[in-house]
Amino acid sequence: MDLFLPESGLMIWMLIAFLIVLVILAKAGWPMIMGAVEQRNTHIADSLLAAEEANNALAGIEQKRQEAMAEAQAEQIKIMKESQDLKAQLIEEAKVEARKEAEKIVADARLKIEKEQAEAMANIKNEVIALSVDIAEKLLQRELDDKQSQTAYIEELLKNNQPRIEA
Amino acid sequence: MKTVLRHIALLFSLACAVCISGFAQETRTERPEKFDSKSFIFGHTGDSYCYHITEINEKPVCVWLPVIVKCKDGGGWHCFSSKHVCELEDGEAFEHDGTRFRIEPIKAEKYPGKLVEVKPDGGLSRPFDLSFTKNAFGIFLVCAFLLAFFLPAARKYRKDPMAQPTKYQGLVEWLTYMVLDGIIKPNVPASKVNKFAPYLLTVFFFIFFANLFGLIPFFPFSANVTGNLSITLVLALLTYFFVNVFGNKHYWKDILWPDVPLFLKVIPIMPIIELISTITKPFALMVRLFANILAGHIIIMVLMALIFIIGGMYGAGMGGVMSIVSIFMSVFMTAVELLVAYIQAYVFTMLSAIFIGMAQQETEHE
Repeated sequence: MDLFLPESGLMIWMLIAFLIVLVILAKAGWPMIMGAVEQRNTHIADSLLAAEEANNALAGIEQKRQEAMAEAQAEQIKIMKESQDLKAQLIEEAKVEARKEAEKIVADARLKIEKEQAEAMANIKNEVIALSVDIAEKLLQRELDDKQSQTAYIEELLKNNQPRIEA
Repeated sequence: MKTVLRHIALLFSLACAVCISGFAQETRTERPEKFDSKSFIFGHTGDSYCYHITEINEKPVCVWLPVIVKCKDGGGWHCFSSKHVCELEDGEAFEHDGTRFRIEPIKAEKYPGKLVEVKPDGGLSRPFDLSFTKNAFGIFLVCAFLLAFFLPAARKYRKDPMAQPTKYQGLVEWLTYMVLDGIIKPNVPASKVNKFAPYLLTVFFFIFFANLFGLIPFFPFSANVTGNLSITLVLALLTYFFVNVFGNKHYWKDILWPDVPLFLKVIPIMPIIELISTITKPFALMVRLFANILAGHIIIMVLMALIFIIGGMYGAGMGGVMSIVSIFMSVFMTAVELLVAYIQAYVFTMLSAIFIGMAQQETEHE
């Protein structure tokens, strides 16, 4: 039957039409569609990757921030402690210094007192010497007179000079 | 709602049945000859020189397509409207530039349904026929549709590949990647996809839309494009071309010097078998597509013809009953044909992709 015999004229039309469509679509159709879709696919994949990276970076930054916060807090505590220690130390040092100063003042005063005492003793000695000399002088003058009266006299003298000796 | 629809469908089919049976009765009374189912079926499934749309008052409403023929034995080219040859009465012939032509009836033994040159001695000769027939029209319609459907999308993509795709682009993308990811990429080596994808995509959409257009039963569709052997032959030849011309060294070595005992190659039994097998593969493609689509069309036409056959045998009443059955069966068959339209496009493209992929294989797959 002719149904099963190919017709050359129709084959030629088919070949012409199909090849024209094939060439046009192969040049200006499929590559554009496929290219654009591939391009978009890679773009989307890249964007997703970039977003994930950004998220990861953000998480890292957050962690770093928290770490920095904790560090700062620790630093603050440390500094406060140090300052308190320093304060205590300063007070302690000041106390020690004050005690030293007081001791020095006391020592100085003692030294001065001793010096004055020594001076006073020296004065007394001088006085005693002068008195002794005085008595001796007078004694010597009376010795010539009478032994008994001499002794009385000495005692009188001593009695007269009692306040001086006591002083 | 459902029952209302059901009633409407029933009423509609009954109305159709009455019309058709009435028409059948009319034709039976006016033209007493027997209903010619062969002419009816093959006239509608085959090629034709004019695009018959309908008949109004016994006068055919047609789109007259050009007849282009070159006569044999040194005859010249003839080009005229098919109007002149389609409306001829039996035995008449149309004379153009001193040569007489007529279209043989479909029942004829020789050249059925074809344009023939009537020699002065009454003998018939088939000229070289480059007529722009109904199927050629169908081919160009599908091609124009493919260009009109895919090129605007491609232009949009070229203009701005990163723009948000429109719904239309989404449809084009979905169709393209359905074929690309489902058929081409699994079968063709990744490095060769860009080389062969244009052919495979074009073939798929050509067959698919030609199948669909063939199912639409009115002008300008309904041409039985993929159910015509000439067309599937060209498609199969193109696949043969793409498989063998771009086949690599390994492929040709497997054909001409396969891994079989030496004596099978020295007396070239295996190479001959392999060479024949390269032809049988596209041959199977050609026959499969042609037979499937033609069978679908024939079944629908037979279901229609059955109305007139039964009407002719048992009267208009039985014809009316038969028309209800036929209409439901036709609806069912058309639904099946929709499936077949996709499946056959898929199978043709899939096998083409597999054959092309096999001819591109670098190493043996054990």
